[in-house]
Amino acid sequence: MQTAELRNTVHAILQSIAPEIDPTALDAAAPLREQIDLDSMDYLNFIIGMHERLNVDIPESDYQKLVSLDDIVNYLRGKLPA
Amino acid sequence: MNSRPEILLKTENDLRVMPHLHHYDIQRARFSWDEARGELAGLPGGAINIAHEAVDKHLAQHTREHVALRWIGKRGEKRDIRYNELAQLTNRFANVLRELGVAKGDRLFILCGRIPELYIAALGALKSGTVVSPLFSAFGPEPLKTRLAIGEGKVLVTTETLYKRKVASIRDQLPALQYVLLVNENGNPTAVPGTLDLAQLMADVPDTFTVEATRPEDPALLHFTSGTTGTPKGALHVHGAAVTHWATGRYALDLHADDIYWCTADPGWVTGTSYGIVAPLMHGVTCIIDEAEFDAEHWYQLLQEQQVSVWYTAPTAIRMLMKAGPEAARRYRFPKLRFIASVGEPLNPEAVWWGKEVLGLPIHDNWWQTETGGIVIANTPAFPIKPGSMGRPLPGMDAGIVRKRDDGVIEEITTPDVEGELALKPGWPSMFRGYLNQEERYRKCFASGWYLTGDLAKRDADGYYWFVGRADDVIKSAGHLIGPFEVESALMEHPAVAEAGVIGKPDAMVGEVVKAFVSLKTGHSASEALRMELLGHARKRLGAAVAPKEIAFLPSLPRTRSGKIMRRLLKARELGLPEGDTSMLEGGA
Repeated sequence: MQTAELRNTVHAILQSIAPEIDPTALDAAAPLREQIDLDSMDYLNFIIGMHERLNVDIPESDYQKLVSLDDIVNYLRGKLPA
Repeated sequence: MNSRPEILLKTENDLRVMPHLHHYDIQRARFSWDEARGELAGLPGGAINIAHEAVDKHLAQHTREHVALRWIGKRGEKRDIRYNELAQLTNRFANVLRELGVAKGDRLFILCGRIPELYIAALGALKSGTVVSPLFSAFGPEPLKTRLAIGEGKVLVTTETLYKRKVASIRDQLPALQYVLLVNENGNPTAVPGTLDLAQLMADVPDTFTVEATRPEDPALLHFTSGTTGTPKGALHVHGAAVTHWATGRYALDLHADDIYWCTADPGWVTGTSYGIVAPLMHGVTCIIDEAEFDAEHWYQLLQEQQVSVWYTAPTAIRMLMKAGPEAARRYRFPKLRFIASVGEPLNPEAVWWGKEVLGLPIHDNWWQTETGGIVIANTPAFPIKPGSMGRPLPGMDAGIVRKRDDGVIEEITTPDVEGELALKPGWPSMFRGYLNQEERYRKCFASGWYLTGDLAKRDADGYYWFVGRADDVIKSAGHLIGPFEVESALMEHPAVAEAGVIGKPDAMVGEVVKAFVSLKTGHSASEALRMELLGHARKRLGAAVAPKEIAFLPSLPRTRSGKIMRRLLKARELGLPEGDTSMLEGGA
């Protein structure tokens, strides 16, 4: 999967949880939860959504690394077959 | 799992420090609120001011050099504020209010993440006699507007980000709101039209202040809570409530002045104020304030690094830690941790045992609500835990299980294990003194010498109380009460929605999630796109903490003959339960 395509998928998963968000308007390098209103359950559902859609294992100990959209895309990039 | 015993006995490890409450029956029998009142510092002439008890009192004691607040920012920044420094900072804030002409009894709202300014503003306002109302920063504009309007807030302390995102759009609908004091998270001056820069105001005033000599019955705090119908209720608490904060800090949380204490609740809710600010500071402990959102690894790191000794948290958080697995916890060591308590919703027995097995300490569930202002029923160090039970009434608290007879009189149920409504004997100092401007709703909470809590419970033969459910339709999600009416109203504002019914759907992690059922107006049809649109609509108005997580379409919603939506029936259907007596339904359903 190309990075652009991966980014679109992440955006779509985020929007399925918080449809009011326009992911393209976010600062991809800044902490995600400082820019939009996601509670703990939304965030968990977001991670579960990525796990299910992309079939990527995301251990709980890695959650701390997933701060910005860029972090998330890069993390998934490293987990998916090139 | 089922082979675990029903009683969890305390071990020596649980009682490393001699607890304040060690002989339940004797200490409960001996306890008097007057005596507890005598342990407060007080002000001349019988005055009591919560902020004096929490902050200035320490200036005359060795605790003045203690760290009062240890703030840990989202990016790992650290800031220690000692009691003597906190006294000066809160003096400055109190002077800012005086300069602005904010009078005793005026109401100040706070809408902030967990940043030091929140604590300084709350305590400074209390010093000046201003009534403080904390708001949850995850509320959307609608819940904020409702609460600020009901409370007729004169001053709002918030951050530049939150102001722009949530308040600017509703500002013109809040005529009573005269001053907005802004914090810039980056430390730079703010320059937003219609607002004032808090840091600048603080710098321009002296750091000395004479604490307002508030009377014990003067209002101090306004906490909003949700009912089944109508608007949120503003529960008023008085300065005299400090007596309960003091006593429960001793007996339910076992606070000692050398403790490092972490209350994970946000001060936007009553726990985060009573036990995140007032009670611990009264005891001279060091409070850990963690600005970041929940993260299992981060929490374990924090417990270890900060050497937390007393930890007050919530079932949802505990279940999220459980989900992260025991190996996550075992990478860390907590030798200083000696007491763990939980509140918000019933703590399931597995979670109590998980504490024992994984953290080495059992978790003490306790029970109280916005209206009680402080912990009422608790598992304490003084007796064994029955996992799943909320414990026994604290010294000074008298509880009972009651039912309404056919003639309307409330009677106590004394037979063990019989379900009824949990009720309390009024008179403890932190009992709410009213719902702001809603005298009738306040009066309805009392009958036949009892305060009726709205929670269903039972008491066993040993005097332990067990939560059964809510007597009304209020939803409890992640420990927070959500009024279905507020959610339904927001959904009804959407042009496609004809009617909406909102329930709490049981959830293993957060207790209940908000689920909405909607029927559509003619000309609109159910689709995934519309479902997403409604979800976004509700989230924008209500915020993530209140908005539904699930929305389902129905051709029509079940109503009673008088036209009320039958939320209970929606819930019964959702759970596949028997629907009960449907004779009240429109057309017999």
